[in-house]
Amino acid sequence: MSRTHISAVINGDETEFLTEDGTSLLNALRDEVGLTGAKEGCGTGDCGSCSVLIDDRVTCACLVFAPEADGATIVTVEGLATSGELHPLQQCFLEGAALQCGICTPGFLMAAKALLDRNPDPTETEIRYALAGNLCRCTGYDKIIRAVQEAAREIREK
Amino acid sequence: MAITEENPGYKWVGTRPIRPDGLEKVTGKARFGADLALPGMLHGKVVRSPHAHAEIVSIDTSAAEAMPGVKAVITGADFPDLAANGAHAGDIDVATNTIARDKVLYEGHVVAAVAAITREQAEAAAKAVEITYEVLPHVLTVDEAMADGAPLLHDGMITKGVDPAPEDPSNIASKILHERGDLDQGFGEADSVVEREFTTKPVHQGYIEPHAAVADANSDGRANLWCSSQGHFQMRAYTATVLGVSPGNIKVTAAEIGGGFGGKTVIYLEPLAVRLSQRAGRPVKLVMDRDEVFRATGPTSGTRIKVKMGATKDGKMTAAEVWMAYEAGAYAGSPVGAAGMTAIACYDIPNFVVEGYDVVCNKPRVAAYRAPGAPMAAFAVESVVDELARNLEIDPIDIRLANAAVEGTQASYGPKFPRIGFVETLEAIKDHPNYSEELGPNQGRGVSAGFWFNAGMMSSATVHINENGTATVVTGSPDIGGSRQSMALMAAEELGIPYESIKPVVADTETVGFNDVTGGSRVTLATGAAVVDACRLVVEDLRSRAAKTWDVELDQVEWVEGQAQHIDGAQPPLSLGDLAKKSGRTGGPISANASLNSRGVGAGFSTQLCDVEVDPETGVTRVIRYLTAQDAGRAISPDYVEGQMQGGVVQGIGWALNEEYIHDTDGVMENPSFLDYRIPVASDLPMIDCSIVEVPNPAHPYGVRGVGEVGIVPPMAAVGNAINDAVDVRMTELPMSPIKVLEAITDQSD
Ligand code: FES
Ligand code: FES
Repeated sequence: MSRTHISAVINGDETEFLTEDGTSLLNALRDEVGLTGAKEGCGTGDCGSCSVLIDDRVTCACLVFAPEADGATIVTVEGLATSGELHPLQQCFLEGAALQCGICTPGFLMAAKALLDRNPDPTETEIRYALAGNLCRCTGYDKIIRAVQEAAREIREK
Repeated sequence: MAITEENPGYKWVGTRPIRPDGLEKVTGKARFGADLALPGMLHGKVVRSPHAHAEIVSIDTSAAEAMPGVKAVITGADFPDLAANGAHAGDIDVATNTIARDKVLYEGHVVAAVAAITREQAEAAAKAVEITYEVLPHVLTVDEAMADGAPLLHDGMITKGVDPAPEDPSNIASKILHERGDLDQGFGEADSVVEREFTTKPVHQGYIEPHAAVADANSDGRANLWCSSQGHFQMRAYTATVLGVSPGNIKVTAAEIGGGFGGKTVIYLEPLAVRLSQRAGRPVKLVMDRDEVFRATGPTSGTRIKVKMGATKDGKMTAAEVWMAYEAGAYAGSPVGAAGMTAIACYDIPNFVVEGYDVVCNKPRVAAYRAPGAPMAAFAVESVVDELARNLEIDPIDIRLANAAVEGTQASYGPKFPRIGFVETLEAIKDHPNYSEELGPNQGRGVSAGFWFNAGMMSSATVHINENGTATVVTGSPDIGGSRQSMALMAAEELGIPYESIKPVVADTETVGFNDVTGGSRVTLATGAAVVDACRLVVEDLRSRAAKTWDVELDQVEWVEGQAQHIDGAQPPLSLGDLAKKSGRTGGPISANASLNSRGVGAGFSTQLCDVEVDPETGVTRVIRYLTAQDAGRAISPDYVEGQMQGGVVQGIGWALNEEYIHDTDGVMENPSFLDYRIPVASDLPMIDCSIVEVPNPAHPYGVRGVGEVGIVPPMAAVGNAINDAVDVRMTELPMSPIKVLEAITDQSD
């Protein structure tokens, strides 16, 4: 089987990898690039645990073929903290106990980052709808929503 | 937060620091089940039955074996025949559920598995395994399975618990019965009697992480296994049984676990991965797709339940009659036993009969799901209690208070309750502002309560003091929702050193003593007690080292806030750090182990208050406000106690309103995806208000009861009772989907 050569900027680094045409970006990130932060909860676009930013848009990596990522700029949860400093969302998730098992956390962080990047002052309802594509079975969402509210406040005050 | 006993001035217990494993989980570093990759690792794929019930006539693996990249293909014939070896029936069921032998019992039942170099090659090879089936008639519900002349899943199934034993086999695995007093007399004394019949559908635990296992077998019969589970010792035991080897041959390392809720206390992939790895001579990874998770793991039972209850006009319950049948799926073992014990356990009722049946049918074998068995029974009983209160015009909290189990009440399932906090949870709801919040049109309010035993079981812990005076706390209980934090908080309290100086570790099966599963709300209670015991041994050792250093008797030395102090102040104190540095001169490294079995379980109660708004045009129910009060005994880690409370409630709301297994007439699941099996999302819900009640469990060093499960018991009736309050229809079927609510509204206005 011939494999396609892909170049993309992943978490700020020029990255090259080989992939088969039918491979999802999620599997390519996890198996070829070695970034296992994005998780597969469903593989069908229904849980959001594979959420990454592709050219600043939050996307289910399980729904994108790896070759489509050629030339793209991708940010995964591993790229969220910059030079050792946690993103306010990460810090607020920790302080607000917004994770239990933590499998959904990478996806929520990326979806919440996409929201706050475009709307730094969302209402609770806006947060709930922006995160409605991300499933969490442990928390009941209460502490996740509060953590996003708190992070938004901190980002605005910076 | 309601505190019913004064906080005894703990420094760490009851605080909200950042969890020890948090950083790895917000940065993507934490390794869950599917995240491990080993050099040379193969990818596996499981072949599953498309039929609900069928004989396996033949399996031809030759085409699959010849496919590119394929390194191993296994079938049931690759495993020991436990039935022929005279094994325990329960073990045979585990083995044949893992991989079928002669017969498949549900759609999704494993028939074969393959391992190949790439995932795609494994998938192609799985499709090339040729299986010939002879399809048999199937039964999908308790009604079908219990009908006369129903097709049988197991030819030899004679109902247990019936005397004399029936002569003919059936699909009823067992019967349970609890009775007390005289039903006729009890109903005779009642001023109001309500009788209703309820049905519920199977629902899945819905953990977001699919099952995953990586095995690396050696040619000497030993194997290493990494898996995401609620108990790696349990995985070791089951895997060894299915493979017919000694548990000591298998080392299991716990991956981080992405949710379980009971569904990861059992094995599916582990023995298959080990066998494939043995056959291929290379490591093998098996990961389920989401549709496999739905078709072949979990769920919990669908049920049919009849409840008749009576009460006097001042609200005193006089009699209860409960009949229930629980689907077990393909093998005996529904949670009807626990359902029978919990159904009316909240109340002190003098006359009752509770009768239950464990019924097999052609669906996946049920697995534990958060307070297994209790939620469905509570949906039925708490709906009837609500109706009694309405008929008698009594406040729903007051009717529960009038009958509430308290210390000394003889529980419906036998023993007398020690100190429990049910009344306190009822009062916490009644005192909360939500209870008197005004409701708008089409809005309604519902109350419901629940009981769960909580478990104790076996745990081990080791505490090591490091050379700089920090401590490592080692247990074997997978941390599914913050238990590392509660271990560290209790250890900090005991040792008198900062929480941040403690590193809690979940060790593999060869590095720490035996631990039962993370289940039954037991870890903070039982593993926590083992940690406390080990810390106390360490403190004892530290005191004796200080005594030796000062050349005084042990009783001259006390341990205060992390340092040894001479009782008269005759010596300058020695801190844990000082003693750690000197350990080489005072007897060597400082560490202690503790192991225990089930000390002092504390029962858990929860009362909940739900406000809904029902759209009478569409039947859509929206939860607009929710309050849960739960007796935690002691909230060691309040953040994660609230998390358990909120998570349980929201799973219950999903169960109440949306979630159900849907099968077609061939017994094939029609909704095996998160698109069609819809669990609650953020936009469906309000905040979930929590009131932590603390009535300490007298049998635990910190008063812990366990908090993981009881929160899922009340929600279905809380929602149903709120719907009734809003639009005056009594819902008796789960889920209370828009179409059913709309039908009920239409029927009522006809
Ligand atoms: S794995 Fe991509 S949405 Fe679920
Ligand atoms: S924390 Fe477990 S799924 Fe969200």
